[in-house]
Formats: sequence, C-alpha cells, structure tokens
Amino acid sequence: MNISRRRLITTGLAATAGVAGLAAASRIARQHSLIPPDGCSLYGPGETLTYAAQRLLTRHSLAREFPRTMISSVPFANEIAKPTEDFKRHQAAGFSTWRLTVDGMVAHPTAFSLSDLKTLPTHSQITEVVCEEGWSYVAEWIGTPLANVLNQVGVLPQTRYIVYYASEPYLWGSIDMADALHPQTLLAMGMNDGDLPVKFGGPLRIRVPRQLGYKSLKFLTHITATDSLKHFGKGLGSVDPEYGYSWYAGI
Amino acid sequence: MATTSPPPVAVTRRHTALVRVTHWITVISFFALLITGAEIVISHPRFYWGETGNSGTPPLFKIPIPSSRDTVPSGYNYVLPDQNGWSRYLHFEAAWVLVLTGLVYVTASLITAHFRKNLVPPPAQRSSSAIRDVFQRYLRRAPPDEAESHSYNVVQRISYLLVIFVLFPFVIWTGLALSPSFDSALPATVNLLGGRQSARTLHFFVSGLLVIFLVAHVTMISLAGFWSRTRAMITGRVKNPSERS
Repeated sequence: MNISRRRLITTGLAATAGVAGLAAASRIARQHSLIPPDGCSLYGPGETLTYAAQRLLTRHSLAREFPRTMISSVPFANEIAKPTEDFKRHQAAGFSTWRLTVDGMVAHPTAFSLSDLKTLPTHSQITEVVCEEGWSYVAEWIGTPLANVLNQVGVLPQTRYIVYYASEPYLWGSIDMADALHPQTLLAMGMNDGDLPVKFGGPLRIRVPRQLGYKSLKFLTHITATDSLKHFGKGLGSVDPEYGYSWYAGI
Repeated sequence: MATTSPPPVAVTRRHTALVRVTHWITVISFFALLITGAEIVISHPRFYWGETGNSGTPPLFKIPIPSSRDTVPSGYNYVLPDQNGWSRYLHFEAAWVLVLTGLVYVTASLITAHFRKNLVPPPAQRSSSAIRDVFQRYLRRAPPDEAESHSYNVVQRISYLLVIFVLFPFVIWTGLALSPSFDSALPATVNLLGGRQSARTLHFFVSGLLVIFLVAHVTMISLAGFWSRTRAMITGRVKNPSERS
C-alpha cells in the first residue's frame, strides 16, 4: 500500500485535533456539570452525550400535559414490596405521623408532616408516567413543587443535587438542580382528585415527569441537599446504576 | 514471447474510505441496537396505539413470547432473565454512534457528490422496465453484470437511498419520540406520530423493515460473491475480471 506523505500528515493532524478536541470537551463538560454521576463506565460516553445534550438544549422545557379527558381509566402500578410494620402503623394513623425530613446543605433542616406540605402552594399536573419497560399511563398529580420545599428550608447555593429516600432507605435516588427546581417536579400527595393511593406511592411520592417512572420514587421520607454524590451509596447517584440502570432517565 | 514477470495487477477503486469506515461502524452499532432493542421489547412484548397503554389495557398486538418481567400477562408461567439495564445503556450509546456516523456520512457525501454520482439512478435507468430487468435477472439467478462490480444497479440504488433517507431518519425520529425529555422540548416529535405508544409501535416496525433490508442485502451479497464484495467494502478495491482466477 502506498501511503503518501500528505495523507500521513493530514491523518496525523486529524487524530491530534480529535484527541485535543475530546480532552477539551471533557474539561468543559466537567466544569459545567454535564457528566452524570454514572458517567465513568463503559456506557459513560453515551450517557454523557445524552445528559449534556438535554441540559444544554432542554433545561427549562416543560413535560407534555394532557387534557382531563386523557386521564387513563386503567393506570398501572408495579407491585410494591409488602408494607413493613412501621408503614402499617403510619397507615393506621391516617399517615398523620408521616414525616418528610429535609436536611443537608440547607439553612433550616426541617421535618414536614403531610399537613405542613399541604399548606404550601398547591400545583396539579396531568402528565404521563412512562416506564422503562415501555408501558405508560396518564394521571393527574396534585401536590407542591419540590422547589417550594427547597425555598422554605433555604437550600444553599452550592447545592448541585437533591438526594431522596423512600421509607425503606435502600430505595433512593437523586436529581440535579435543573430537575429539582423545575416547576413540574412535584411532591405528590394526591392523584386524580383523591389522596395518592398506597399502590401508587402514597402518602408521598416525588414526580419527575421529564424522566422515566423509576425516578419518581414512592413513599418519600427523606431529602438531602448535597454538592457531591460521591458518598451516597456507591457514588453513582442513585440505587438504579447499582442495579445496572442509568442515573439520568430523561433519555 | 515468454513472459516471466506477472502482469500488472489491475485494481479499481470501488468504495471510498469514508463509505467503508462509516459502513462498518454502522454495522456494529446497528447490531448493538438490534440485540438491545430486542431485549428491551422482551420486558414488555405488547404493543399499543395512541398515547398510553399498559398491562391493564388491551394491546394492539402482542408477541407470543415470555417476558422478562412478571407484571406482563404473557401467557407463560415463567419470566426470562432481565437484561434491560445494560441493554438500555448500550442502546442509547450505540444510537449516538449511529447518528453521529450518519451525520458524518451524509454531510461528507453531499460535499463529494457521492449520492449524485453513485446512488441517484442515472436517467437511463429511471424506468420501470429498467427495474423489471434487474428483478428478472435476480429471478433467473443470473450472475451479476460485470458493471455491478463497479457500480450499483437501479434496484440497489433505490434501496440504499430508501434506507439512508427514509428508514434511518424514521427509526431515529420514532426513537427520539420515546424520550420524555426530548418530547418536553419538541412535543411535535411524539404528537405527530399519534402519541407515545404509537411511536413505540412504529419504532418496532421500522426496525423490522431495517432487518428485512439487512437480510436482503446480505443475501444479494452472498449471491454476487460474499468474499469479493466484502473485501471490496474493507479494502475499497476490486480486481478487474482479467485478473480473476
């Protein structure tokens, strides 16, 4: 094969430019928090491209909302683990004993009861729950935007992620501030004009309608504001990547 | 006159480096997308039309296979191993590779006039009789025209253009429509397709059309001479007939 000098030089230049470009891109991505916490694996490049593209282009976009007529008559809920004794006690008390503890990088750590949360401005949305398996349903969700709670406790400006836990603390997740302060990210206590049924995560569930259903954790009890996810679980941002599922589920 | 030195090897350039590199990257990412896509379907092998659909609503159709999730009424009393996690990671990563490769290919091909020179049928071939001729030769299982070692016949040209400008864009569109964040920015992506579940069903069918193309493509290559055609797509060169052994 005959490789001309010119070809060798252009190929060399292109390769050098490519490597330099990648290095610069990765530095810019890190500076602007465009690398997801699970972005260091084999699938990191794909995850980073998706997450960075969404954050650069769709940071403030609103999830589709639907007319009331489109609310699914048959919403579907995945099976939930058998309720613990602790959960049954809360349930017997009509969830009056349920608390949402908010701590971490906040000025005033607070434990909210459901009635405390209900005094905050209410918001309702008719959005679609989309499961990674492929199925979906539309429902009305009623509650207060997470942003209201974060304002109430005075979340510190260096906060980058909001970590959240279910009543069974091995179930946990996190979202970045773009989603945490997003007007449609809701602490839902009602569904379709009634109280949120236990099957669907009652008494308290987070709704992140721009991401897949598994980010909308059920039975919310604890929220922590943080500037780094390194020390939560295996440092991958939520329990999902520990089971092989991506942290960012907006696709 | 005795000849002692071998005749000069006459080779012709067949495929440019751009076509070869993008072809094989597309092959690899397409297989990754196909396998992981099948794994994702197995977690819910039911399809719907419209905006919503789930195990509690009647499907448009279902694939008669067991599922990897026990909430799906598959009709089987066992579940398959769940491979959804890595399948989804790899599906989206391979999609990025495919889309970026496709962008490089289309942009460069527009600059070099690859489409006009090699894929748009020349005026002489733009007739139904020219297309019929090609099919008749296929049906007679006649060996390919010598010219086809160096350029494409009209049926090949039309198929490749359909795959490049219709099927791939449509499979990307229907795939993007399944992203809740992308839809939040551009709701028309999913609304124009008739809703989320319609988009998912269309994504499945367009992928099926791409698989049919793949089977036909590999079959035709095998009939024309698998190794000579594959070698041409790797090295970019074909030997001229006089040099064929």
